[in-house]
Amino acid sequence: MSVAILNASGCLDALTAPEVARSLDAFVTKTITPEPRRGNPPVRIAETANGMLNSIGLQGPGIEAFATTHLPRLEALGVDLWVSVGGFSAEDYARCCERLDGRDTVAAIELNLSCPNVEEAPETAAELVAAARGATKKPLYAKLSPAQWDVAVAARAVVDAGADGLSLVNTIRGLSLDPRTLAPRLGRAVGGYSGGALRPIALACVHACASAVEVPIVGMGGVSTGLHALELVAAGASAVALGTILFADPFAPGRVRAELGAEAVARGFEDPLDARFASVVSSEKYLQIGSNGTA
Amino acid sequence: MRRERLRVVGSEGVGPYVLVRLRRSGLQPGVPGQFFMVEAPGRPLPRPFSLCLAPPGELAFLVEALGPGTTAIAGLDVGDEIHVMGPLGRGFDLDVARPLLVGGGIGVAPFPFLSERLGSPPALLGFRTAFHSEAASLVPNATVVLDPVLVTDALPGDPGDVLACGPEAMLDTLVRLAPGAQLAREAPMACGYGACYGCVVERDGDYVRLCVDGPVVRELPAAA
Repeated sequence: MSVAILNASGCLDALTAPEVARSLDAFVTKTITPEPRRGNPPVRIAETANGMLNSIGLQGPGIEAFATTHLPRLEALGVDLWVSVGGFSAEDYARCCERLDGRDTVAAIELNLSCPNVEEAPETAAELVAAARGATKKPLYAKLSPAQWDVAVAARAVVDAGADGLSLVNTIRGLSLDPRTLAPRLGRAVGGYSGGALRPIALACVHACASAVEVPIVGMGGVSTGLHALELVAAGASAVALGTILFADPFAPGRVRAELGAEAVARGFEDPLDARFASVVSSEKYLQIGSNGTA
Repeated sequence: MRRERLRVVGSEGVGPYVLVRLRRSGLQPGVPGQFFMVEAPGRPLPRPFSLCLAPPGELAFLVEALGPGTTAIAGLDVGDEIHVMGPLGRGFDLDVARPLLVGGGIGVAPFPFLSERLGSPPALLGFRTAFHSEAASLVPNATVVLDPVLVTDALPGDPGDVLACGPEAMLDTLVRLAPGAQLAREAPMACGYGACYGCVVERDGDYVRLCVDGPVVRELPAAA
């Protein structure tokens, strides 16, 4: 298996665009919470020069309706399914994971530990992962926020707590003002910032975590070309997810996959996955040279 | 769902607006009131536009340059190529006995195509200025009112089957004055195909996606 191309959670509805979901190696659902959620009041979207802000607020049917109504329809699509789950306490995460544990079609569960548009759970990310771990045997991917000084510390903590992989990164909180009125453009003022501007931040997070833990990493943040995807792989990602680009171009997965293969070959890698850790290895060399080999 | 790279074959001023004409290629015009996501050169996200005209082999959009995206689209030159996706969403129900098109400002954009499909029904159009009202030249059989007169002031007592597009306040008033009116709503949206949940409007206490459940909707007056 080469580098899998996924969607970032919340950036695709497989039921309204099944052909797009089928163009992915796995479809990741919008984050499901224990109870139904109406979501945040509009305005929910604001484009900026190099990306966009969203304030959706985890609108969704809740885990029961998801499991009984939505999941069977998703299963009928014949696409590998990852379910993103979220909540406001460790118990919430455990409850969602437990409900999904017996569903064979759910290949993995992504734990949204870092939505910038809703209240945070009082527990640490590691405690939330531990609670989820106790409720399911399915592979658990912890989705971390880039808004922390040392994301590698959080990565070690969630892996120690039982995470099987990492999803890096979520959006980062941002604000955009109407240039005429100077009022916030979003209904809730701040939102999650994504798109091209997030890419160097995502690369840094993947790079840091790849040195800290030995688990699969789904890299995401501003990827719109195959070269962007290859860079995330070089930084340590084993899979890549597409987010904002899917809004502009639902046919991006096929294009990015083809470009990724060509960009790898152009650099002497038979498979894109062979480029994994290239940036990590290079920077370790640099550190050794920089400190006379004593680092 | 179809997305293609289309060539600009014309760009004409209509009052303060710009009519951008594109070679149609493999895209279909769809039903009036459906919309297309049009690439805004240099911007991260495309912009939604309802189709204004569907001349043979072409798709034409009426653009008001307001922000960076619409300014980029209004500034396209003949020969430029942009990605366009569509048609998307639900358009107007054309099975109406006594159609009356009611529009304001750039909201008249879908009416030339709609009027053609309905056999040039009467239209009532409102604009800020005489310069803006030059867009009425695209709509046959149109009566024009200018600020401070509003189309909702000039609406006949028995308006028939209203098909409307325009400012939010105008549409909200029409919900009361013309129950059952078909309203083409607008909301900021990132994707246009149900992926982002950005373009929601409130219906029966829930937020529904305008790109999937609209943009043309029928609304009930709020209970008094």
